Amino acid sequence: MGSYSSIYNRIQVRGPFDPGVPMKPGSDTRIQSKAFSYWLGKIGDPQLGPLYLGWSGAASLAFGFIAIEIIGLNMWASVGWDPYAFVRNLAFLSLDPPPAKYGLNPLVPLGDGGWWILAGFFLTTSILLWWVRSYTRARALGMGTHTSWAFASAIFLYLSLGLFRPILMGSWSEAVPFGIITHLNWTASVSVLYGNWYYNPFHMLSIVFLYGSTMLFAMHGATILSVSRFGGEREAEEIVDRGTAAERGALFWRWTMGFNATFESIHRWAWWFAVLTTFTGAIGVLLTGTVVDNWYLWGVKHGIAPSYPSVYPSFPIPDEATRSVLQ
Amino acid sequence: MAMLSFERKYRVRGGTLVGGDLFDFWVGPFYVGFFGVTAIFFALLGSLLIFYDISQGNETNIFAFSVNPPSIKYGLGLAPLNEGGTWQLVTMCALGAFASWALREFEICRKLGIGWHVPIAYSFAVLAYVSLVVIRPLLLGAWGHGFPYGIMSHLDWVSNVGYQFLHFHYNPAHMLAVTFFFTTTMFLGLHAGVILGAVNPGEGEVVKYGEHENAYFRDFICYSIGPYGIHRLGLFFALNAGFWSAVCIIISGPFWDRGWPYFFDFYLATPAAIGNIAY
Repeated sequence: MGSYSSIYNRIQVRGPFDPGVPMKPGSDTRIQSKAFSYWLGKIGDPQLGPLYLGWSGAASLAFGFIAIEIIGLNMWASVGWDPYAFVRNLAFLSLDPPPAKYGLNPLVPLGDGGWWILAGFFLTTSILLWWVRSYTRARALGMGTHTSWAFASAIFLYLSLGLFRPILMGSWSEAVPFGIITHLNWTASVSVLYGNWYYNPFHMLSIVFLYGSTMLFAMHGATILSVSRFGGEREAEEIVDRGTAAERGALFWRWTMGFNATFESIHRWAWWFAVLTTFTGAIGVLLTGTVVDNWYLWGVKHGIAPSYPSVYPSFPIPDEATRSVLQ
Repeated sequence: MAMLSFERKYRVRGGTLVGGDLFDFWVGPFYVGFFGVTAIFFALLGSLLIFYDISQGNETNIFAFSVNPPSIKYGLGLAPLNEGGTWQLVTMCALGAFASWALREFEICRKLGIGWHVPIAYSFAVLAYVSLVVIRPLLLGAWGHGFPYGIMSHLDWVSNVGYQFLHFHYNPAHMLAVTFFFTTTMFLGLHAGVILGAVNPGEGEVVKYGEHENAYFRDFICYSIGPYGIHRLGLFFALNAGFWSAVCIIISGPFWDRGWPYFFDFYLATPAAIGNIAY
């Protein structure tokens, strides 16, 4: 607290292991696997654990494991089970959704996208069970469930991409593949296919909130670190009973930009910015191809995009095409 | 005037870097200082120049307003006012205003006896801006490589420059920057959620403090970084988002002039390659 570090801890406190505050009835017991990590202690609290499993956590890990196995084994199979090629090409390998001909048919041959449906099912179940855990753990400690609802906003974007929009479009093939490079290819393609997503107003909003969230965390994190010599990181205490750390933090912003949040309200700003990043993003996803076919033409129609003069022939023919015809 | 109940005792003299006591006063809630004067000068002049530039065109649609950089043919020289010279002046004003703002923040930190974390963090955002309109144009040899100041025109610029490199997502520094942006936002949601959950526990529950915040994250994900650590982690990730954004645009052009997908050819051509796969 009195120390002034901002990159790493110079001093690590090794107190007795904190077993955690009591939970409400209906919870399992915590597994007291006592561990301290020197390297975690460099950036934060060195204590690792205790571990709470519970039924939703255990089920979530199991479903998540199955999803990762399906994705990984399909990728491995795609290089003929060559372990070396699997590792080397990992970033480029992919488990793709079924092709368009299957529409929304849930019974697709495994090798033709059926594994993608199964992996999606297991991954979605795993994520939803992890959400249940985020909710029940907060209630078991007598805390509000704000974290869960922020998590729900991220899940809404995930489901919009992989489930809701494919259903609205009537085809699994609209969904995102599982793959490092291939999901980037999907992102670029969907933007170009629907007339450049820079003109999608909900994409604009989502980016504003994404950059805004990053800016807010820089502002908030820096403010708290700068008042940590007055104990400013004990935020809940400062919210309930304002001390000089909160006063100085507030006055810094008031004097800088004429306005300040409080120690509580900055977390409300932060929560909404983070939640709206994925929420507005999801709306932009759901409108694409369902309501709007071409965001650039949408922008021209509604007067936000310039209409460029046509400088190319009406139907440009690539050189290679004409050359092959002449041959 | 415009003072919080506890504010008067903090309004003390001193902490200035330049100008001694001359500008050491407040206007409403704002602290002024020498750099407040320079900030308002640059901000006002820059805004007026933007309005002037817009007034020289026939555009009436606010989305299409744009102050454009000069043509590439002017290189690193000065351009006539109506051919990008205004953009050059606006850029100088922006740099002056941002630098003044950062230095004014240092003065306020000194006055309040708090750390310099905020102005240092702010300089990363300024660095990202400087990369776009100064460093990269300098390396490419023309101010025309800066981005235009307009609502839609700056989006068009990002889109066009991105597609000049075929697929910008393959830029490794861009990958890092995007990852830092997304992760920072996730951390922000988690941090804000747990603090709000602790002090707004619902009907019939008492307010919770740090012990419960730690217990929640240990139960949820087996690790709690702690109240100090989360702010350090959040700041570190946010600054990395800005830093790698700056890197990803500086290397595009000056250090890599092909499509970004080709960047990974070196990797796929390594001796370790066993066969090739279709992707």
